[in-house]
Amino acid sequence: MEIGYYPGCALHGSSNDYEMSVRACLNVLDVQLRELDEWICCGATAAHALNRKLALALPARNLALAERNGMAEMLSPCPMCSMELIKAGQAVSQDAELRGELSEIVELEVHGSTSVLNLIQVFQKIGLDLLGKLGARSLEDFKPACYYGCLLTRPPETLRFDDCEQPNSMETILRAVGAEPVDWNYKTECCGAGMTMANEDTVLELSHRILTNAAAHGANCVVVACPMCHVNLDMKQADIERRYRVRHDMVVYYLSDLVGLALGLDEHSLGVDRHFVVKQ
Amino acid sequence: MAEYMDVLPNQLIRLVQLDRADKAMKADAVWQCVSCLTCSTRCPKSVDCAGVIDALRQLSVEYEVASPRQRRTVLFQKAFLQNIRRHGRLNELELIAVFKTRSFIKDLDIPFLFKDSMLAPKMIKRRKFHLTGESVEDRGVVDRIFERCMSA
Repeated sequence: MEIGYYPGCALHGSSNDYEMSVRACLNVLDVQLRELDEWICCGATAAHALNRKLALALPARNLALAERNGMAEMLSPCPMCSMELIKAGQAVSQDAELRGELSEIVELEVHGSTSVLNLIQVFQKIGLDLLGKLGARSLEDFKPACYYGCLLTRPPETLRFDDCEQPNSMETILRAVGAEPVDWNYKTECCGAGMTMANEDTVLELSHRILTNAAAHGANCVVVACPMCHVNLDMKQADIERRYRVRHDMVVYYLSDLVGLALGLDEHSLGVDRHFVVKQ
Repeated sequence: MAEYMDVLPNQLIRLVQLDRADKAMKADAVWQCVSCLTCSTRCPKSVDCAGVIDALRQLSVEYEVASPRQRRTVLFQKAFLQNIRRHGRLNELELIAVFKTRSFIKDLDIPFLFKDSMLAPKMIKRRKFHLTGESVEDRGVVDRIFERCMSA
C-alpha cells in the first residue's frame, strides 16, 4: 500500500525519533510513504492564535499540493498538523467562496479532497487481524496507559474520530498485538502541548499529573501518538521529577514503537534507545 | 486548564456577550489557554470557547493589551510565525535563540535565558536536532501567503 505522507516540522526536527519509528514500523507492514514535496508548516497554535486566515491558508497550501500530486489519502502522524489539515479541508469543501479566496492566497486550486489520516487510522486500515497475525513477539509484559491528549479526538465534530471522552482505538490496536493496556483517568487531559518552553510551569504540572495517574493504575509505560505529548512526558520527565521530588521512571513509547516491537523490530531500529527515559 | 485561569472560559464568553471584549482581551487566561479544546468540546451550549479565545488573542495583540504576565507566550507565538515565514518550516534552534533573546531583552531574566541550554547536549547526543534546519525551495510563495493573510 502506498500512502501520502505529511511529516510536519516536529517529525523533521526534535521528534525525528517518531518519524524513524513510524517509517520502520510501516516498512515492515509494506506501507510505502510518499512524502509531500515542498510541504510547509501547518501554522500550529501560533497561526490560529494570531491570524485566523493564516491558520486556514497554511494547511490549505499543503492540501493543494497533495491534490496536485493525486494523493487520495495522506498520513499526518502529528495530531496538531492533522487537525489543522482536516479543519482547513472541511472549510474549503463546504464553502465555495472561501475555497476561491484560499485558492488565490495559496496560488493553487484547493478542494479539500485529500483525506488526512492519523497514525491510529493507518493501523486500522492495515487491519488489526493482520497486525495480530504478523506479531512475532509477545507484548504481555507491557501494561501501557494509552494517552490521547487533545487533538487526536478534539474537536470531535471536525475529526469524527473515536470517542472524545473515552477513546479506545489505541487500546484495541495494542490488545491485537498482545499488550495489556490499563484503564485510567487521564487519557484526554492536556499535557501542556507546545508551551514547553514559554510556559514550562504549566507543562510540568499537567504532565506530572498524567504520569502519576498512569502509574497509580498499574501502567508500566505510556503510549502516545503525538510528538508534543512525547516531548512533555519523556524529555521533560527529569524536570518533572526534580520539581515534584518523585521518581516516575515511566517509559513513553510512540504507538508505532510498540506495534514495531510486536512485529519483531528491535528498539534501536525504532529509535526507542534515543528517548530520554529508557527501560532499565 | 481552567484552574490556572483568572477569568474562566465561560466568563470570557459572558464578557463578550456583555460587549466587554475590551476587558476580556486583557485577561491572563487568554494567553494561559493551551488550546486543548476541552471547553469547546464540553460546552453544553456548543459555544466554541477556544475559538472565541483565539479571537481575543488577536484583539489583545492588535490593541497591545495582552496580559504582561503572559509576555513570554505572546513572544513565543510571534517568533514562531516569523520563523516559518522565513523558512516555510520550523527551524527549532533559530526559534529558541530568537525567543530566548527577545525574552531576555524584555525581562533580563538570566536563569531563564540559559535554562534549557543544559538540554542541548542531551538532544544532540540523541540526534534529536536538525542543526541547520530545513527550508522549502519556494520560500517566495510562503512569504506571499503570509503577506496576503496579514494584510486582509
